[in-house]
Amino acid sequence: MTRYDLIIVGAGPSGLSAAIEAAKKGLSVIVFDENEKPGGQLFKQIHKFFGSKEHRAKVRGFVIGRQLLDEADEAGVKVVLNATVIGLYQDKEVVVKIGEEVRHYKGNAVVIATGAAENMVTFPGWTLPGVIGAGAAQTMMNLHGVLPGKKVLMLGSGNVGLVVSFQLEQCGCEVVALVDAAPRVGGYGVHAAKVARTGVPFYLSHTIVKAEGEEYVTGVTIAEVDGSFKFIPGTEKHFDVDTICLAVGLSPMSQLLKMAGCKMEDNPKRGGQVPICDEHGRTSIPGILVAGDVSGIEEASSAMIEGRMAGLVAAEYLGYMEKEELDTALVSLDSALDGLRQGMFAPKNRGKLVEKTEEGIDISKSLLKNGYVSDDEIERYPGVTHKKGVHPVIECTQNIPCNPCQDACKKGCISIGDNITSLPIVVDGSECINCGMCVANCSGQAIFLVDEDCGDGTATVTLPYEFLPLPEVGTKGKGLGRDGKVVCDAEVVEVKSLKAFDKTNLLTMRVPKEYAMKARFFKAV
Amino acid sequence: MNTVNDRSRDIGPFVPQPDDDMLICRCEEVTKGEIRQAVHDGMWTITEIRRYLRTGMGLCQGQTCSKLVKGIVARELGVSPTELEPATSRVPMRPIEMRIFANEAADEKEGE
Amino acid sequence: MESTRIKEHPILGEQEKGELVTFMFDGKEVTGYAGEPIAAALKASGLMVHRYTAKEHKPRGIFCAIGRCTDCVMVVDGVPNVRTCITPLKAGMDVKTQYGVSDKPFE
Repeated sequence: MTRYDLIIVGAGPSGLSAAIEAAKKGLSVIVFDENEKPGGQLFKQIHKFFGSKEHRAKVRGFVIGRQLLDEADEAGVKVVLNATVIGLYQDKEVVVKIGEEVRHYKGNAVVIATGAAENMVTFPGWTLPGVIGAGAAQTMMNLHGVLPGKKVLMLGSGNVGLVVSFQLEQCGCEVVALVDAAPRVGGYGVHAAKVARTGVPFYLSHTIVKAEGEEYVTGVTIAEVDGSFKFIPGTEKHFDVDTICLAVGLSPMSQLLKMAGCKMEDNPKRGGQVPICDEHGRTSIPGILVAGDVSGIEEASSAMIEGRMAGLVAAEYLGYMEKEELDTALVSLDSALDGLRQGMFAPKNRGKLVEKTEEGIDISKSLLKNGYVSDDEIERYPGVTHKKGVHPVIECTQNIPCNPCQDACKKGCISIGDNITSLPIVVDGSECINCGMCVANCSGQAIFLVDEDCGDGTATVTLPYEFLPLPEVGTKGKGLGRDGKVVCDAEVVEVKSLKAFDKTNLLTMRVPKEYAMKARFFKAV
Repeated sequence: MNTVNDRSRDIGPFVPQPDDDMLICRCEEVTKGEIRQAVHDGMWTITEIRRYLRTGMGLCQGQTCSKLVKGIVARELGVSPTELEPATSRVPMRPIEMRIFANEAADEKEGE
Repeated sequence: MESTRIKEHPILGEQEKGELVTFMFDGKEVTGYAGEPIAAALKASGLMVHRYTAKEHKPRGIFCAIGRCTDCVMVVDGVPNVRTCITPLKAGMDVKTQYGVSDKPFE
């Protein structure tokens, strides 16, 4: 039996992060992953991440994945792929299927970073080909370059449902509806808004009645539900679709920990069966640690921090670093993690209805119900101001841990302050030079550069655009409102695709000036 | 003893429901009605349900249905799903061919 | 049937693929890229149904796409229950629709 200082199960964001920290401290580390490629779900994440610089905000998930792999390589981490861990015993014996053999390893310490599995819901027809998990859709389109379907209905308005809906549109699928049984959008408002403005209708308080088709999905019927999630007769709506995508939450894949004998609990706030552990990943069995979604569903950004914590804790546990050194390192990791756990979507606020922002401003009701902030609500937010000439309009209306916009503006037009969840404000008297960095750097695609009055009865609106084909200057089309409905004629007057924008193109459209604060998306006709 | 295991408790009779033919365990093709009936047959734990109906015993090893089964059993028993002990976790965690499972590799050298 | 391959992606650009190879699906020649999952090649050629279940004879296809749910299993080179979503395609593979645990259609 081969022995390692540290055995890590799972080469996703948390497992790799743990491996990097431990290897840097001199531990012999091996990482097993059942997949063909490392990186876990990171390589399917093509949107820019939230957070601040220390969390690699505004970098796209798959790029973070590449950086993490490079870092692991440099640290000398050994990753064994196609290696399925099929057992974990109390004395830290790890049983792994590699190729056609079963191998046994012993770890002086073990980090379990197995991540999460998708939840499912049942409805008549849910086993038909064409009903797929949101993760499956991401895998097919972003890893394998194959469309999951042409016309898709998305069930689930959490961040996964919202992000995957947008990604489906990016590769050319039509998302016919975004449906959730809950009465309110579950994910970030900015994710919802960028989907809604492209014209995807949101059906909250709705769920699937049945999937239709004999051999595979040919359609779907949804209906409204009442307060106790019962269908309201007469509210049925039918859509012709070939794909139904389910994004109804994740559950920790914690079975190995239970097998090893770790004390477990069923904690709905953390997503299901999780090990009882301290804030740095120590389970009830000394030397068995956890990191990432397996100990509670969060984001990849927090998983990476938890991984680093677990790697360091393992190093100290095995005597590769002093307790004081560990404590110092944990203080800064604690604060980085704490930063991500703030705001109205923080784990501690899960399930709570937050009605006001930290600034005391009413949360948009339309955003929660329809996926977009209505025209009469948008003016109340501090990022939405008016002045002569081009200026940023920041439609960021919820307290989420994210601040790349304030670093993006070299002219100091945008300020969030020290509290990472504060709503961005446009600084009084600041001078916008129309560089577009704020538009491209906003992970939520919530910033627009607007010139409300060009002097000839028109206005210009510069918006982030991540679709193909990229319209050329001179293209005539329609301006869509935040609700995705046509509001006016529009013409593309400028298209900027700088390297610094990282694939977020900046499209400037000219619209009648009455629509300067209404038109938020461009559609060629 | 918690209420979950108190088998003297009356959970009432089995009442047919319109969605009893809904497939829950995709691998072993077990329906909601069969799971509900099994509870009334005296199978009050997830482990018993598994052995009785084979839910979660198929190729995927309960990856997809275990949370669904737990919800159905809990509702039938009138308890919260968090009170139900999940099924035992045991080797092998993933589907594996017997010939591979039995093919123990020779020991590697230290640190190899 | 029109291919469902993404030719160019606004963020990912053109995706790198292996060599274009031929394989057999239910006795017909199909093409795909070596190294991509069998399921991806089949999906790109428009296939939805991978198998029919043992008890109810119901159609199944891709569901999780990461090797967990085992709904996409097929008979590959004579071996049943092969998870096509995580098994890399090779030239000349013989892929068949699975009926129960066999490649013989139900009576």
